[in-house]
Amino acid sequence: MITVKNVDKIFGDNHVLKNVSATFEAGRTNMIIGASGSGKTVLMKSIIGLHRIEHGRIEYDGRNLPDMRMSEIRRLRREVGMLFQGSALFDSLSVLENVMYPLEMFAETTKEEMKERAVSCLRRVNLPEHSYKLAPSEISGGMQKRVAIARAIALQPKYLFCDEPNSGLDPKTSLIIDQLINEITREFNMTTIINSHDMNSVMEIGEKIIFINKGEKAWEGTKEEIFHADNEDLNDFVFASELYKKVKKANQ
Amino acid sequence: MKIIHETGKYVLLMKRVLVAPDRWRMFFRQFPKELEKLGLNSMPIVIIISVFIGAIMTIQTKLNTENPMLPTYSTGLVTRDTLLLEFSSTILCLILAGKIGSNIASEIGTMRITEQIDALEIMGVNSANYLILPKVVAFVVMMPFLVIFSMAIGLVGGYAVGMFSDIISTADYLLGIQYAFIPYYVFYSLIKSLFFAFIIASVASYYGYYAYGGALDVGKASTNAVVNSSILILFFNILITNIMLN
Repeated sequence: MITVKNVDKIFGDNHVLKNVSATFEAGRTNMIIGASGSGKTVLMKSIIGLHRIEHGRIEYDGRNLPDMRMSEIRRLRREVGMLFQGSALFDSLSVLENVMYPLEMFAETTKEEMKERAVSCLRRVNLPEHSYKLAPSEISGGMQKRVAIARAIALQPKYLFCDEPNSGLDPKTSLIIDQLINEITREFNMTTIINSHDMNSVMEIGEKIIFINKGEKAWEGTKEEIFHADNEDLNDFVFASELYKKVKKANQ
Repeated sequence: MKIIHETGKYVLLMKRVLVAPDRWRMFFRQFPKELEKLGLNSMPIVIIISVFIGAIMTIQTKLNTENPMLPTYSTGLVTRDTLLLEFSSTILCLILAGKIGSNIASEIGTMRITEQIDALEIMGVNSANYLILPKVVAFVVMMPFLVIFSMAIGLVGGYAVGMFSDIISTADYLLGIQYAFIPYYVFYSLIKSLFFAFIIASVASYYGYYAYGGALDVGKASTNAVVNSSILILFFNILITNIMLN
């Protein structure tokens, strides 16, 4: 479980996060939603420790990140997997080598065992075997996302972060990636936090949803509650598309 | 103020770079690749530049010192000492600052803007150490070989002038390059090149590592890397020359 308490983040004169508090539970798909520029990426990067916060607590099962030294943060990060918006696969390594990389860096096992583990992760994300030796640039965007998921789960992390996992993907592939993240979250009982502005994703896999608006937590609830929320900014965000306007009408 | 800020940032980055790697196995996997990329792949440009500069220096020296008072071997002597003292260390490093500096800055800069460095950090890897240390060590190891190679090829270039033209006789040239040879000049040149190699690899890595934005900014980082490492090379050239030759 990850708990965020009274977090503030300021860049120069820009107060990006204002007293944000939230709890992200294990074994559930937690989603941070909000319009572009609302502060959700800053919140995610602050939770991971890529941004230093001005004030507040970020607790990973009771361990407060801002109090940690760099060596302790590095140890904690070995329990973290992350799926980046652009996949962030290493260009110079093949698909299999990308997944083996965290194992080679931190696992105390033989090369054969590492390879077995990497292959099992790639199979888990349904990646065809012929692509294992290809470079990341030789596979599609959807396949790159699968490789990134396989790499993120290679060390069996306790916490999984996904930054806009569906960005640049077609609706069908987006659905597959969403379902894969959801399945893996349950399978490994991970605390998963997804940063998204894709309402289809929210409706598909969102269990706990946090809405960030102008750097503040404006709403928190489930996907069932989102259509009945009494929050003007959230309604503007959710019902921006015609599809969800129709869903709302149908619900009424 | 900006210089102090940048210097501080560079020193802090080097503090993260110059530590024992998380995994030596990973370091030794990267190290040979960097030796090849930064060292061996620089050989063609070192050969081309050295042979032509050696030849041109011989021709220029001969044509500009046509004084009967000067001994005939002086052209070979001047060519040799210029190559040993300045060209094969300082000028060669300025040229390599362009080739290697832009290569390193753009490679690391691209990794930064495509979030590959963030991915390493989130895995708990010391990204600065993992990416930069093999490059710095490989280039520092390879540089003395490149310098000695450049000296030899430059002298061959001068010899070729004697062979293929009647500007200077090969006998005079050979006598000149052996006359009053001071081995310390080679040592001085090699010591300088080690400093310059460290400057090129570390300054370029610094600009690449802190690249921010898009492709245009990676280009700017490469330019800054080349310009600033060239200035530092010239500055340290004066400093080291004062210490070692004065």
